[in-house]
Amino acid sequence: MKLQLPCDEATIRSLKVGDFVELSGRLITGRDSAHHWLIKEMREEVLPLMRGSVIYHVGPVVKKHEDGSYSFVAAGPTTSAREEPYQADVIGRYGLRGVIGKGGMGPKTLAGLQQHGAVYFHAIGGAAQVLAQSVKRVETVFQLEEFGVPEALWVIQVEDFPVVVTMDSHGGSLHATVDAASKSQLDALLGLSA
Amino acid sequence: MQETSKEQWTARFVEVIARASTQLPPDVVEALRRGRQREDEGSLAAKALDTVLRNIELAAGTWQPICQDTGTPLVWIHHPVGMSTRLLTGAFEEAVRQATARQLLRPNAVDPLRDKNTGNGAAPGIPTVHCEEWDEDGVEVRMMLKGGGCENVGAQYTLPNPALKADRNLEGVKRCILDAIYKAQGKGCSPGIIGACFGGDRGSGFLESKRQLLRRLDDRNPIPELDAMEREIFDKANQLGIGPMGFGGSTTVLGVKIGYLGRLPASYFVSVSYMCWANRRAGAHFAPDGSVTWLE
Repeated sequence: MKLQLPCDEATIRSLKVGDFVELSGRLITGRDSAHHWLIKEMREEVLPLMRGSVIYHVGPVVKKHEDGSYSFVAAGPTTSAREEPYQADVIGRYGLRGVIGKGGMGPKTLAGLQQHGAVYFHAIGGAAQVLAQSVKRVETVFQLEEFGVPEALWVIQVEDFPVVVTMDSHGGSLHATVDAASKSQLDALLGLSA
Repeated sequence: MQETSKEQWTARFVEVIARASTQLPPDVVEALRRGRQREDEGSLAAKALDTVLRNIELAAGTWQPICQDTGTPLVWIHHPVGMSTRLLTGAFEEAVRQATARQLLRPNAVDPLRDKNTGNGAAPGIPTVHCEEWDEDGVEVRMMLKGGGCENVGAQYTLPNPALKADRNLEGVKRCILDAIYKAQGKGCSPGIIGACFGGDRGSGFLESKRQLLRRLDDRNPIPELDAMEREIFDKANQLGIGPMGFGGSTTVLGVKIGYLGRLPASYFVSVSYMCWANRRAGAHFAPDGSVTWLE
C-alpha cells in the first residue's frame, strides 16, 4: 500500500504488523546525535517539518554539488535500538507519526507508538542504493557542521520508499514474535527447555 | 616490486577498496539467490531478499556503495621478503582517505576522545592493516569492509557456560555460536555470515574470527571436525527461523566459518563475529611485472 507523508493519526492507526508500505513525501533523518539534540531542548526550527511525518534512522553518504545542493548517494537504515531511551519522547514532543529504521525498538517505544499514534517502519538493511534512489530531493539540513554528514538531520523528499510495519500502534511487534519463536527453537535444538 | 612507489600502491589499493565497497563477490550473491528460492512467495522474507538482490545489481552497475555503512576496512597483506610494511600500511591508509573523498567510503572514523568524526575515514586504529612476509615475489591483498550494525551483534563467550550447558569442548563451542546467532536476531542485517574462533585471548580470538570472514562461502574447512561443525551450525541456525532482517523465514545465515588458536589453560574463549549479508570482500594479487589478478 502507498502512504503519503505527512499523514494523520487515523491513517497510521489503520496500519498493522506485517503491512508492506511504500512511503512518499517529506521526512527527516536522525540518529544518535540528532536524538540527543532533539531531547535536550525543544527545537522549534524542525517542529513544523516533523509534525505528522516520520524520522528515518540513517547515516547517509551524501554528495555535495557545485551549486550547493545535495544528493543522497547511499541511504540504508541504521540500527534503531540505540535510540530506544529517547524515541517515545521525541515522537510525543514533535508529533511524529512513525519511525523508520532497522532491528526494531523496545517496550518504551512500543508503548509510545500506542500512546501517540505512530508505527515503526522497518527498512531493508543494507539496501543503500535502492533506498537512495527513492530519495528524490534534499530540501535542507540541520546541524551538518556540528554532527557531520552521517549524524546531521537531513530533510528529504522520497517516492515509493519500501518499508515493512514491524511495530504498530496497537502493541503488536513482529520482533517480539520472532524472538520468542526462535528462542523456543534454540532451546529445543540445545536441549535447554526446562 | 621494491621499486613500486607508495603512490602506485595507493592507487592500486583504492581500486581494491572500490571493488570491496561496490561489487559483492559472486559466491555471496549465489547464496542470497539460493536463500530467496527457499522463501515463500509473497512473504516478507522474499520481499526483503528481492530488495537486497536488486540493491546488489544497482551498486555493481554504478560502482556505488552497496551499503551506506562502509564499515571499517580490515586488510591482510602478504608481501615479499624485505618489503617495507610501513610503505604498504601508509599506502593503504592514504587509499582509505582518497576512497572516502571519492565517496566510495563514508567518513566512518570517529575520534572518541574528542567525540568527533574525523571526516576523512582515518583515526587511531582505522584502517586495520596486517602485513605478513611470505616467500613469493608478489603481493597479495585481501580486505573486507565490516559495518557497525553487524559488529555490534558480535559476542565473546567463556567456557564453561552453564546457562548454555556448554563445556570446554567442540560441542560447547557450537552451543555458544548458535546462542550468538539467536541473540543477534535480525539486527546484524540477516541473513548473516558467521566467523568464529575458539581459543586465543580476547583480542586475538576476535581478530581470527574476522579473518575467517575472508573465506568464500562455498569453501570447505580442510579440518574434518570443523567442516562438520560448520555444516551442522549452518543447518541448525537456519532452523531458528529468524529470516532476512528478522522478519521470519528460512534464510538466517549464509555461511559459518570457524578457526582456532592456542589458548591459556585457564581461559577458553569463543569469539563470534557476525557479518551482514553484504559480505564485502575484495582481494588482488600483484605480480612483480605489475599485472593484477583479482581474487574472489
